[in-house]
Formats: sequence, C-alpha cells, structure tokens
Amino acid sequence: MTDGPPKPRSALAELTLARFRLFFREPSAMFWTFGFPVVLAVALGIAFRNRPPEAVYVAVEAGPGAEKALAALASTEVKATVEDAATARAELRVGKVSVVVVPGEPRTYRYDETRPQARLARLLVDDRLQRAEGRLDPTRVTDEHVTEPGARYIDFLVPGLLGMTLMSSSMWGIGYVIVELRTKKLVKRMLATPMRKGDFLLSFVVMRALFVLIEVPVLVAFGWLAFDVRVVGSVLLVLAVSLLGALAFAGLGLLVASRAQNTQTVGGLMNLVMMPMFVGSGVFFSSANFPEAVQPVLRALPLTALNDALRAVINEGAGAGAIARPMVILGLCGVLSFAAALKLFRWL
Amino acid sequence: MSSGATALRCSALVKRYDRAVVAVDGLDLEVPVGECFGLLGPNGAGKTTTVEILEGLLDPTAGEVEVLGMRWKTDERALRERLGVSLQETHLPDRLAVGEILTLFRSFFTRGRSPDDLLRAVSLEEKKSAWYSKLSGGQKQRLAVACALVGDPELLFLDEPTTGLDPQSRLQLWDVIEEFKKGGRTVVITTHYMDEAERLCDRVGVVDHGKLIALGTPRDLIASLGGQEVIEVTLADGPLDEAAVGKLPGVHGVRHVAGGFALAADPLHVALPALVDHLRAAGQTLERLSTRHATLEDVFVALTGRHLRD
Repeated sequence: MTDGPPKPRSALAELTLARFRLFFREPSAMFWTFGFPVVLAVALGIAFRNRPPEAVYVAVEAGPGAEKALAALASTEVKATVEDAATARAELRVGKVSVVVVPGEPRTYRYDETRPQARLARLLVDDRLQRAEGRLDPTRVTDEHVTEPGARYIDFLVPGLLGMTLMSSSMWGIGYVIVELRTKKLVKRMLATPMRKGDFLLSFVVMRALFVLIEVPVLVAFGWLAFDVRVVGSVLLVLAVSLLGALAFAGLGLLVASRAQNTQTVGGLMNLVMMPMFVGSGVFFSSANFPEAVQPVLRALPLTALNDALRAVINEGAGAGAIARPMVILGLCGVLSFAAALKLFRWL
Repeated sequence: MSSGATALRCSALVKRYDRAVVAVDGLDLEVPVGECFGLLGPNGAGKTTTVEILEGLLDPTAGEVEVLGMRWKTDERALRERLGVSLQETHLPDRLAVGEILTLFRSFFTRGRSPDDLLRAVSLEEKKSAWYSKLSGGQKQRLAVACALVGDPELLFLDEPTTGLDPQSRLQLWDVIEEFKKGGRTVVITTHYMDEAERLCDRVGVVDHGKLIALGTPRDLIASLGGQEVIEVTLADGPLDEAAVGKLPGVHGVRHVAGGFALAADPLHVALPALVDHLRAAGQTLERLSTRHATLEDVFVALTGRHLRD
C-alpha cells in the first residue's frame, strides 16, 4: 500500500514544478511574458529607427527678392517654396513649414521659437542666405558624422522593456495566480494537508527566480540579434540585477494578493501599483522629463531603480559599485513587501 | 465500531458568523474508530461548517473538538498527516495531469500511498496523463477522493462527495468508500442523499438549523417511525379519517403528503387489508395506492415536516 523505493520529491520541488507546468501550459501567460515585449520592441524600434536627418521646410513670401532667396535656399537640407502671404501664414500655423522668410530690408524670419525644429530651420535658412549674400566665415570647418551604438532610442528602450517585463510577470505570475488559487479553494484544499505554508509561498519565489534565467536571456538575445543592442557591462551583473528586481516585484505581487478575494480586485490593485511605474519609471522615455519636484518620488519607485540599474550595466557598462543605490532600493522593496504580505496574508 | 477508541469527539460546538447568523448551534458528536458516520441534512443545515471545524479549517466560536485524541491548536501538523479531506468543491488546476496532481499532493505527506496505487483504487489508471480539465464530473470527484486518500489516512472526511453526479459515478464512488472502510478506518461523510447514507453509513446524525435532531443507525431511525414500510394513499373523494386509520392494526402513524397521505406500516400484510376494509366500510374510493420501504427521507420529514431537498 505505501510507497516503494522511488523517493518522492520534496513538497517545495513539487509545488515549484507545478507552477512551471501551469505557466508553460498557459498560452496567454507565455505571450505576455515573451511575445509582448518582443512585439513592443519591434514596433517601437521601427517607429523610432534612426533616419537620415530630415530636411526643414520653409516658405518664402512672394514679393521682390523672393526668387533670389529661393535659389539661395534650395539644397538637400532646406526645401523652400514661394507662397503668397496668407498661404505662408497658414502653412506655418499647421506646421507644414517651420519658418516663413519675408524678403526685404530688414529680412524677417517668422517662426515659433518654442519649437526646436523651427529654431533649427531659422539658423539654417539664415546661414544659407547670408553666405549667398557674401558672408565669409573666419574659420574653415569640416564635419564628421557618427552614430554611436548605445546611444540610440532602441538602446534606451530594450533595458526598459526588460524591467517592465520583470515587473509585470512577477506581479501577475504571483498576485493573480495566488488569488485565483484562493477563489478556486485550492489554497484551502492544500491547507487541509500537512503542506507547510512557507513551502507554498516559497514555491512562487523560487519559480520567479528560476524564471529570470529564461526571461532575461531571451530578451537580451533578441535585442542583440534584432537591433544590435549590446550589453556593455557584465551579463552576470544584468542577471543579478534582474533577479533582485524579480524578487522585489514578487514581494509586491504577494502583498497585492494578500487579501484580495477575487481576481477582479487583484487585477485592479495591480494596475494601480504598476500604471504609475509604466509611465513614471522611464520604460519608454526618460523619467528625467518629469519636473524636478517629483524626481525623488520617481527615483524611489522600484521600477525606476530596476531600469536605472539595467541601463547603467547594459548601456554604460557600470560595475556593481555604481548601481549600489538602485540595488538597495530593490532589496528594501522586496524585504518590506514580503514582510507586510506575510502579516496580512489571508489563507482561507 | 467495536474497538472502543474514539476517532472524533466534539461537544457544545457553536459557530456564529457576524453575531446574527448561527451556523452550528450546540452540537455534540462522538464517532468511534472504524465507524462510517453520516451527517445528514438539507442545504444550509450547517453540515459543511461542522465538518470544516472538525477538519481544523474553521475555528469554532465555542466548544471542544478532539480528533484522534489530539487538538487542532497543539497538534495541527501531526493531525494533518493522519487525516484525509475532500472539500465540498475543489477545483484542482485545469492544466495539471491527474498523475501530476496526485504526485503533488503525495509530496505534502511524509508517508502515504503511491499515485499509481491510488489511481487503481479510484479506477483512473487510464486518465493518468489527462489534464484535470478533460475529466468528467465523476472522474473529477474520484480524483478529489484520491487526493484525500493520498496520505493513507486513519480518518477520512468527505463533504458531499456525490452531489451532482450521475448514478453510475455515484456507485463507483461508493465502491471506493466501501473499500476504504474495509481497512477498519473511520469515515465522516456529509450528504443530503438518503440512499447514500443508508448504503454507506453505520450511523447517521440528522442536522437541521445547526442542531443534531436525531442520531442512530439508519435502521433504528427508520424503525423509530413505527414502521419499516410506507403506504401512500390518494382518495378520489373526501378526506381520510386520520384518527380511525391511525388505530388500524399494523398502522403506526399517518401524515399528510403532497396529494394524499402516508401511513407508517408494519407488518404490511396486516395493515394493507385493514386499510382496504376500512375504506370499503366508509364508502370511499381509492384513486391511488402504493407501498414502499421507509427511508431516512421519511425520518427527516417526520422530524421536521420538511423534505431534505426543500
């Protein structure tokens, strides 16, 4: 009746194995973890690919001297047309042209100075016209054009997507799954066995930790192969940062799931926690764009810490010492949220 | 039933939710080792609450619980190793295979039965690698019972194991339970199916509104009606003279049922001719007459005036 020789695996090993099986048998979970970040990277990589510098569009108001100005402007950098005053004004308003040139003495440049593109156009136009009119430059210059890998948008984006994926797969993979088990009374069923509660919770953490070893290489390899995004620093350090990040968000996921009684509640709570970080933690654009006043708040967010650390290692080749601050934030977030979750956790 | 040791005891058990709702209202029970004990009652009678308190999943508001001579407060882990539990509804993970689920549950116990042995016991060998989501209702329920048996328990709790199952699946599950009983182990089962209790249980306790209203072997409880047989009568004209019929030889009680009357009768061959003679003498015409064995359902109706499924 009782067991023969094959020694059963430990409860923790079996629970972790079950977590892995359930994950790999759930196509939507697979997509959100692996497919979605890749699709995002491809879409954004295409949208923000590096293009040759764009020409500036200029209107020259019809009148004496217009044709002469037009001839002086015509080049690959400047596309100019002659328009009557009303049309030129309308085109400026809708952004079809960046500058309207009104020939005469003095010559007038009409443009919106808050738009960088317009200021650039004004400089280019003035430069070309003054030279055509005989201005001499005191120093001869030559231009040297460079595109530095590591400074492109895609180089910025890939570590951000990695951070975002680590956050959402940890949160969903733990928060949502635990609440689902609770509503299906499976937690209760398992509590009716001698299973240790600690093993149950630990299996989620172990699963997340092991998962990082799959998730991170897949995304990093994709970034490298598809967009030539290179890891300048140590790959091991990237893994270590990712692991710490995954555990910090595992703690948050557990906290969010600790009392929720149905999956709608936990879904809402998770969006509440994650949405500010999607926007404010520098996934798609640098969080430096936000006002100085909110910077301390943004810098304390775990996803900001994770993204900063990942970018420092991947883009700039930072060592462990240089990312101590974000690592401490992640560690604290993990420890505090785990402690709170264990206090609050509702088992039945 | 004979060893004398007690598997389960509770006294003055009370469970109150939010002050107002009393789910269990002063319940005393004692189940000897080796007995199959049935808790019977309609939905909402407090059966599940009672069982979950006994299983250590709910704390009672008041009262004492002793399981296998131990207390939940001090011996939880040791108790869990020796108990098998099947909850009223368990949704096991849809995308785990039957064998994987049993292996998972087996890993929680320090000793127990091998998954293959259990699959044989519940006739699910062929479903070993099928996902839980692909099982029929009866197969799911047998797997739930297999999960309860995985620690080779001394005491097995089954909360409405056959509710919603087709007759064939119920029979299969009864076989599994009877096989378990053969080992001299203790079973506590809740049900609102009377035939299930009569077939499986050595003793039953009838619960209503959180109180135990009757306790005994199915035979004794049925005998307490005064007759093993029931005569159901519908008359074409006029009411039955209940007082006179109640005094007929072999008739031990009369009560109203939908569309007519039910008579507790024993022996049937005395009561039936007497009834027919009485009706002929009174000039009344029978529209319908049938007889059947008395069941626990009759006991419940006699005790509460309501049907179990009401």
